[in-house]
Amino acid sequence: MATINPDNHGLRLILRYTVLTLIAVIFVFPLVFMVMSSLKPDQQLLADTSSLRAFLPVGDISLNNYVAAFDRAPVGLFVMNSVIVTGVTVVLSLLVCSLAAFSFVFLNWRGRGVILSVILATLIVPFETIAIPLLLIASKLPWIGAEGVTIGWLNSYRVQIVPFIADGLTIFLFVQYFKDLPGELIEAARVEGASWPQIYRRIVMPLAGPVIATAAILKFLVMYNQYLWPLMVVQQESYRPVMVGLQYFFQLNRAWGEIMAYLSLITVPVLAFYLFLQRAFIASIASTGVKG
Amino acid sequence: MATKLTQSNGAGWAFALPGFGLMVVFIILPFFFAFALSFTNQRLISPNPTAYVGAANYRQLLGVGTITLDPLRDDAGAVQRAADGSPAYPRLREFTRANPDYPQLDGMREWFSFGRGESRTFVLARDVVFMKAIVNTVIFVLVVAPLQGALALGLALLINQRLRGINLFRAIYFMPVVVSIVVVSLLWRFIYSADGGLLNNMLTGLSFGLFTPVDWLGTPSTALGSIIAMSIWQAVGFHMVIWLSGLQTISPTLYEAASIEGATKWQTFRYVTWPGLRNTAVLVLIVITMQAFALFAQIDVMTKGGPLDSTQTIVFQAVDRGYGKQDISGGSAISVILFCIVLTISLIQRYLTRERT
Repeated sequence: MATINPDNHGLRLILRYTVLTLIAVIFVFPLVFMVMSSLKPDQQLLADTSSLRAFLPVGDISLNNYVAAFDRAPVGLFVMNSVIVTGVTVVLSLLVCSLAAFSFVFLNWRGRGVILSVILATLIVPFETIAIPLLLIASKLPWIGAEGVTIGWLNSYRVQIVPFIADGLTIFLFVQYFKDLPGELIEAARVEGASWPQIYRRIVMPLAGPVIATAAILKFLVMYNQYLWPLMVVQQESYRPVMVGLQYFFQLNRAWGEIMAYLSLITVPVLAFYLFLQRAFIASIASTGVKG
Repeated sequence: MATKLTQSNGAGWAFALPGFGLMVVFIILPFFFAFALSFTNQRLISPNPTAYVGAANYRQLLGVGTITLDPLRDDAGAVQRAADGSPAYPRLREFTRANPDYPQLDGMREWFSFGRGESRTFVLARDVVFMKAIVNTVIFVLVVAPLQGALALGLALLINQRLRGINLFRAIYFMPVVVSIVVVSLLWRFIYSADGGLLNNMLTGLSFGLFTPVDWLGTPSTALGSIIAMSIWQAVGFHMVIWLSGLQTISPTLYEAASIEGATKWQTFRYVTWPGLRNTAVLVLIVITMQAFALFAQIDVMTKGGPLDSTQTIVFQAVDRGYGKQDISGGSAISVILFCIVLTISLIQRYLTRERT
C-alpha cells in the first residue's frame, strides 16, 4: 500500500517484480508478436508461431510486407484520410466546445441552465443508439459547395467530421476546468473594458493548456479509431479512413504478414505518441471516468 | 460573480450556438428520430412514401410465443421415435404457417425447447436471430462487467505499490487501451486462428503436445468466450486507471491506523480500501456495462455474428438491418430497445449512488 513496507527487500521484492513482469508479458507480447510478424515472410511467420521465435526479429527479416501492403491497397491514402479527418475534427472540436463552455461558465444569459443540462444529458446516449437515424439524416442533408447545392453527405470528409465536432464530454471537460479558474480575473478584465471575445482569447484560453491537452487526446483517440460510422457512410476508396480500410484490406487477401504490416504501420506511431506523453494520456482517460 | 448581475443574452447565445446547434442536429435530433422512425416503415432509399406502422417493428423484433406439444403416437398409442430414439413431435410449421387456430404464432420460428415428461414445450420467436443477439449481449455484459472490474481492481492494487519503476508497468498495462479495437480484433483473429495460430501453438508447446488445437472463433461454444477474453485484454487498463484514481483518494492516515491496530492485509482491504472505493466501484461497473452493451467492432471484424449466430449482438443486428438491409425503421427500433436498456442501467446507477450520499 501507500506506506513504506520494511519487508520490501530480497525475496519479497523479487517476487513482486516477477508478478508485475509476468502480467506485463501478457499485455506486451501480442503487440510484439504483431510487429515481429510484420517483418517476416508468411511461411516463416507461420512456422515461428510454434516457438518463442514468434516474438523475436530472427530469420528472414525485411520490410517486404510493408512494400507489398502499399502495392495491394492505397494504404497511404487511407492514412492521409484519417489524419485529415482526425486533425480537422480535433481542432474544430476544441474551438467550438471551449466557446460553448466559456459561455456557460462566464456569461449570464437566459436559458443557459436548461441548455447545459440538455447537453450533459446527451452523455448517457451511446453513439450506437443514434447511428442508424443519423445515417438517414446524413444521406439527406444539403451542402453548398463548388458544384452548387447538393443533397446527401455520404462519401465525403464532412460526413466524418461535422457530426463529431460538438460533444457533451468535451464541453463538460471545459466547463469543469473553467469553473476552477479565478473569477476575479474575468471581472477585472470586464471592468477594464475587454470584450467577451478578447477575454476568451487573451485570458481564458491561454490558461486552459491542461484541459486542451486532455480534450485533444480523447478526441484524437475516438476519431482515429472510428469504425462503425465510416463503415456505413463511406463506400468510396478516396475518403476511406484507416480502420475501415483495414477491414477492406483483410477481405482482399489473408496474407498475414502484410496484414500485420498494415496493423503495425497504423498502430506503432500511436503507441510511440502514447509512450512519449504517457502521463497526459492516462490522465485524460481517467478524467472520462468522472462523467456519469 | 459580478458577471451574474449583468445579462448578456446576445453574446451568451453567440458563443454557445455553434456547439449547441451541432449537437441538436447530430445528436438530439437523431435521438428523437430513432423513436419516430421505429414506428414507420422508413428505408434508406425507397420509391414508396414513408408510412406509420404502429408497433409492428417492435412486434416483429420482440414477438415470442410458446407451444406445448405431445409426441406423435402410432395407432397402437405408442410414442413414435426418431432415428436417434428421441420422441417425434408434430412439425412446428403446421402451427406457425397460417394456422387459423394459432394466429399468434404465425410466422414464428423455433428458438429453443425443453421437455417435461413426454410433452415438449417449444419457445418460438418471430425473430430468432435478434433474440440470440439479446442473449449473447447480456451474457457478454454479465461476464465482462464483474470479471473486467475485478481484474482491473487487482491491477490497480498492484500498481498502487511504492516500487521503483512502477510507472513503467502502469504504462505497459494501459498500452492496449490506446490501440484501436479494430486492430486488436484483427491481431487476435490471427492469434486465435485454427491453423498456425499463436494461441494453439503456444498451448500445444506448453502442454508438450497434449493439447488438441481448437478453432477458437469457428466453434459456437468458444467463439463468444474468445471475444470476451480479448475484449478484457484490450480494455482492462482503462478501468485500472479509474480504480487507481479512486485508490489515491483514500487517506494514508487510515492505512497507518490500520497498521497500528495490527490489521492483516485482507482486513486492511476489507475495512479500509473497499469502503473507500464504493462510488468508484459503481462507476467502473456502469462504464464497463455501457461499453459492453455497445459491442460491435469485435464482432464485425472477427465473426460477423457467426458461427451459428453464437456471437450475434444487439448493435451488430442494428447495423445489419439499418445499414446492411437499408431497413432504417427496424434498425431504429433496435436502437431504441438498446437505449432503454442503457437508460435503465443509468437509473440504477443514480439510485445506487444516491443512497450513500
